[in-house]
Amino acid sequence: MLTARAELLAQIRTFFATRNVLEVDTPVLAAATASDLHIQSWKTENTWGQNNQALYLQTSPEYAMKRLLASGSGAIYQLAKAFRFEETSDRHNPEFTLLEWYQPGYSLSQLMDEVEALLHLVTQGTAPPTDIPRFSYRELFQQNLDIDPHKISNDDLEQLAKREISLVAQGLSRTDYLQLILSQIIEPAMRDNWFLYDYPEEQAALAQVKTDNAGVKVAQRFELFCSGMEIANGYYELTDPVEQRRRFESDLDKRQRTNRALVPIDENLIAALESGLPDCAGVALGVDRLLMIATGAKSISQVISFTTDLA
Amino acid sequence: MANYSTSEFKSGMKALVDGEPCSILENEMVKPGKGQAFNRVKWRNLMNGRMLERTYKSGESVEAADVLETDMEYLYTDGEFWHFMKTDDSYEQVAVDENAIADSKNWLKEQCLYTVILWNDAAISVTPPNFVELEVADTDPGLKGDTAQGGTKPATLSSGAQVKVPLFINIGDVLRVDTRTNEYQNRVNK
Repeated sequence: MLTARAELLAQIRTFFATRNVLEVDTPVLAAATASDLHIQSWKTENTWGQNNQALYLQTSPEYAMKRLLASGSGAIYQLAKAFRFEETSDRHNPEFTLLEWYQPGYSLSQLMDEVEALLHLVTQGTAPPTDIPRFSYRELFQQNLDIDPHKISNDDLEQLAKREISLVAQGLSRTDYLQLILSQIIEPAMRDNWFLYDYPEEQAALAQVKTDNAGVKVAQRFELFCSGMEIANGYYELTDPVEQRRRFESDLDKRQRTNRALVPIDENLIAALESGLPDCAGVALGVDRLLMIATGAKSISQVISFTTDLA
Repeated sequence: MANYSTSEFKSGMKALVDGEPCSILENEMVKPGKGQAFNRVKWRNLMNGRMLERTYKSGESVEAADVLETDMEYLYTDGEFWHFMKTDDSYEQVAVDENAIADSKNWLKEQCLYTVILWNDAAISVTPPNFVELEVADTDPGLKGDTAQGGTKPATLSSGAQVKVPLFINIGDVLRVDTRTNEYQNRVNK
């Protein structure tokens, strides 16, 4: 497994070297961190600087890499250690390896092509990639459950979850229902590899929002699923500093209302967006999960030298 | 009554589901993407053995069930109740009704130990040991001939259970039987 891991990392580096994407290395400890409601950061005990400011272990290298992009780095990638405070499972370890890369000038579908090429390289060899099916969020829900995820009421979503998987909780958010139904009802029925794109606007995170053909606002975001696991999450990146600040503040507001830890807004990222982030598409891909797929491992503990509970 | 949060869920944990005591068979934490985490739980209802599934939002709680699993000695039946006694030197007795004894009533033998589940101090289920030794009360006469052919015949045991036994078994023989599968194991030398 150590050898397989080393080979995978070498393959990834070769892949980007031939595509003229620059490898970068950004800090793991930083003054700000992700504000996303469901991503919790490790906060360090020791404080830093004159204001006794805490530092956070980064949940992804996204903010720092966007600062490099804004300063004119061009296409970049990073093999980063990321940390998320969460329970462990066959697919989760609090410390994990992310491959994150950004392509200025790329559309979301061009970036999906590139993800597909990389997946093909590390799982099969060098033959031309086969077409991985791509479904819009609407298509996927219509085909599997005959519902329009952008139009269905919260009550109907609750009834569906109650009927199909005996959900006990009531009054969840629309996003919670959709993600639960996607992961527990639709995903198990899907085989092999597939992309999902055009997410509901509320699930935009750091992606730009556009109006689709049906006149519905959708997030320019995609995810890649392989063998029932989410492998990669990509955005056509938000470049508007005002909207970025609004989303940070909205996240913090939700955090306050649900008694979650408040985190500082990354003013360095906002400043970078103000100075001008080039139009770009970016994606984060779970390297440990990719290695699970490449080797057929059933648990993430088989592909990591020491999981956090043994580290 | 205490509550259990989803973070305390584990196999064997006992709680109330729809008002009835259940035990967790499997608990799986699922975290869809960047989203709310959920627990998908398979329960076994301790009163009727049925399986049920529930999905909880992580962080929710369920009410703990005051359930005690204990070994008790079978004493006798009065026709309506089956009486068992605790083995903790308290000599405390528990009367078990028809619902709770269910199929286990076919495996009762005096002075033998059974696993009794008590909910709020009332018995809700009785499980016999995996193997019990019981005397044959009735069966057709033993047939001559070789036992290697593996023919079987029905036999009724002293407890009332019906099992298929080899042809050479006679009334009065003591047999070792698997209570989970109703299968004859071997004849026990007296």
